[in-house]
Amino acid sequence: MTKRFGTLLALDDVSLTLAPGSFHAILGQNGAGKSTLVKCIMGYHRPDAGRLLVDGRDHAVVNPREAHARGFGMVYQHFTLVPSMSAAENLILGRADLPAVIRWDEERARIEEFRRRMPFTLDLDRPVAGLAAGEKQKLEILKQLFLGRCVLILDEPTSVLTPDEADQVLGLMRDLTAERRLSVVVITHKFREALAFAREVTVLRAGRRVGGGPVASLSRQDLVRMMLGSATLAEPATRVARPGQAVALELEALTAENDKGLVAVRDASVAVRAGEIVGVAGVSGNGQRELVEVLAGQREPESGAIRVRGEPYGRTRAEMRRHGIFVLTEEPLHSACVRGMSVAENLAFRTFDEPANTRGGWLVSRRALRRQARALIDAYGITTQGPDARLETLSGGNVQRTVLARELSGEVSVLIAQNPCAGLDVAATVEIRNRMVAARNAGAAVLLLSEDLDELLELADRIVVMFEGRFVYETPRDGADLHTIGHHMASHA
Amino acid sequence: MMELGWWGVLVAVAGGAVRVSTPYLFVSLGETLTEKSGRVNLGLEGTLVLGAMSAYGVAHLSGSPWLGVLVAGVAGAAFGLVHGAVCSLARVNDIAMGIALFLLGTGLAFYLGKPFIEPVAPRLPHLAFGAWSDSPPVRAALDVSPLFVAGAVLAPALRWALGNTKWGLVVRTVGDNSDAAKALGWPVSLVRTLATMAGGFLAGVGGSFLSLHYPGTWNEALSSGQGLMAIALVIFARWDPVACFYASLLFGGATALGPALQSVGVTTNYYLYGAAPYVLTLGLLVYSSSTKHTLVGAPSELTISR
Repeated sequence: MTKRFGTLLALDDVSLTLAPGSFHAILGQNGAGKSTLVKCIMGYHRPDAGRLLVDGRDHAVVNPREAHARGFGMVYQHFTLVPSMSAAENLILGRADLPAVIRWDEERARIEEFRRRMPFTLDLDRPVAGLAAGEKQKLEILKQLFLGRCVLILDEPTSVLTPDEADQVLGLMRDLTAERRLSVVVITHKFREALAFAREVTVLRAGRRVGGGPVASLSRQDLVRMMLGSATLAEPATRVARPGQAVALELEALTAENDKGLVAVRDASVAVRAGEIVGVAGVSGNGQRELVEVLAGQREPESGAIRVRGEPYGRTRAEMRRHGIFVLTEEPLHSACVRGMSVAENLAFRTFDEPANTRGGWLVSRRALRRQARALIDAYGITTQGPDARLETLSGGNVQRTVLARELSGEVSVLIAQNPCAGLDVAATVEIRNRMVAARNAGAAVLLLSEDLDELLELADRIVVMFEGRFVYETPRDGADLHTIGHHMASHA
Repeated sequence: MMELGWWGVLVAVAGGAVRVSTPYLFVSLGETLTEKSGRVNLGLEGTLVLGAMSAYGVAHLSGSPWLGVLVAGVAGAAFGLVHGAVCSLARVNDIAMGIALFLLGTGLAFYLGKPFIEPVAPRLPHLAFGAWSDSPPVRAALDVSPLFVAGAVLAPALRWALGNTKWGLVVRTVGDNSDAAKALGWPVSLVRTLATMAGGFLAGVGGSFLSLHYPGTWNEALSSGQGLMAIALVIFARWDPVACFYASLLFGGATALGPALQSVGVTTNYYLYGAAPYVLTLGLLVYSSSTKHTLVGAPSELTISR
């Protein structure tokens, strides 16, 4: 199959064979063409060349509906559940033969009967908006199985799950394929998942199939080599020991509500010393976003105190500047940028009114902003048409770099970061992690909230676990046990 | 009338609530349906006035008030079709489009309605639920329009349909997560356009009530913003059709407050009491808003920046 978007060749003559009952992993970096490939299979994109054969016969799948009718189902990275509806309503939504009037008693009986054959349970009456990410993922998969799909495509299914949940979901897929009830394609960039669960693998790089085959014949090194090609990874930064520094950021019994008026952060207390990275582990939706928003000045706390270097911190611009406080929020394009403004302007949000960037003390100097932007674009390797390009024209990774450049270029003494590497490829991830370690080595206090436990184990000096808005467990990195942490992430222990 | 005293005020407010609430009810039910699909139609005030005019005109010319009701609904649906079709184009903002149609609807109604200000049209029949009573105020209060009854039945029916029919689920999916709807292969723009048309039909029928039942004439000051208040009412009712019914009664009662007090001789501040529904709208919007929380029940596809 081949697919072009304008001048970009997203998919270049890629072939893939899926036997009944197989478990196939598609491995590749961001932009390697993984999503494009499956979207062509599902009928979202029309391939420019190539064929789709089902049971040896030609099939032009022109839209998702037709793909569904052939028994193809897809679980998306971004959930396609309807948040205000109950789990049961979401389950029956995809039925092609949805009757005009729904007999809930009959539907319920069918769902109940179906659920008994499934290895995990879910509360069917709760609205989906109230489910944790892991539960939503399970519901998505359950929905596809309920609809009787025979080929299931999962797009990065474990990115929002705890390690235990990820193993459970992938294990279920493996069992179902072993019983030949299902053929599964998993898109991932995690080697561990491909090696531990899949039976075959296809590696894509820059739109091309660069390797693959039965998993048993491949080693991790083979996969890394195929996925990255000639590109080399930066060496992980070495951390300098900095014991016994003063506390730079302190939260005391902080409580905050979410948008629905429910308590999202409960009595959170933690102290971060200068030159220390404190990692906050947790499944998304356990109050991390609200906590970061409070620290960034985007949300009012209900009670509790925040202190920076012993002084009360009122989260004003003046205080942030005086103390050198910087924040990397989740989804930066949405919460920390203005899409319609230029890269230079977005880079100058913290500094546009400083003397170096103004004329006569109040008139912003465009030339100074551009100069500052060019320096940052070079230093952080932002790919853009120039400082005047609108931010929304940048790719996700480059938006992330832009925010990073803004938030790390000043005198950082406190850094708060949430999922800073989410959605970035391996090379960019290593680079960003190194910059955070460098900030720590230079004496910054870093509060790092992440859903990626590997990231926390690599970067943090201490790890605390956030569950339902509380910090429920704390461990130093040395001697931290993945499964103990995972256990605390999933429930009160 | 004085023998009932302050009870009379209560009876008159209650009767007024039933009588005046019908346009609120129809417009808010229509807007609920439209907003459930993820679009806001602010043009329903224009649709309401246009419905009132066309119902009156058709009833006058044909002699059949029910034909007038039907034509009002069809006119409303046509306006809904325009709104829905134009908003289906890329980068068209549904709020701006709604305001444009609001102005167009009222303007068109005033222009076409000029010849109908003088003539008298046949009015809709009423159901005299108060025939058992000797008291004129009680009988007046229980003179109920069949349209009110229809609306009172429609509210729970709409709630049921949104939860128990295929179309209800489709509309809610489209309004809550259009990506999910697309993934399921449903035509998002078409569903929204149909929901806007249905909403327009209901608003048009609500307008026919104004000119054919109460107040029962056609003039340019007939609606005085009821269509806009009904949209605010949808937010207050949290997009629940049955709550729309109760909220409409509340708004109807507030509108009837001035005339009711006048009936017992309180004539000072008449215009101040006339402002009651507007004050109520303002008060409820302030009460039901929050700087910190998003609205519970709001369809997630509703946005002002499309």
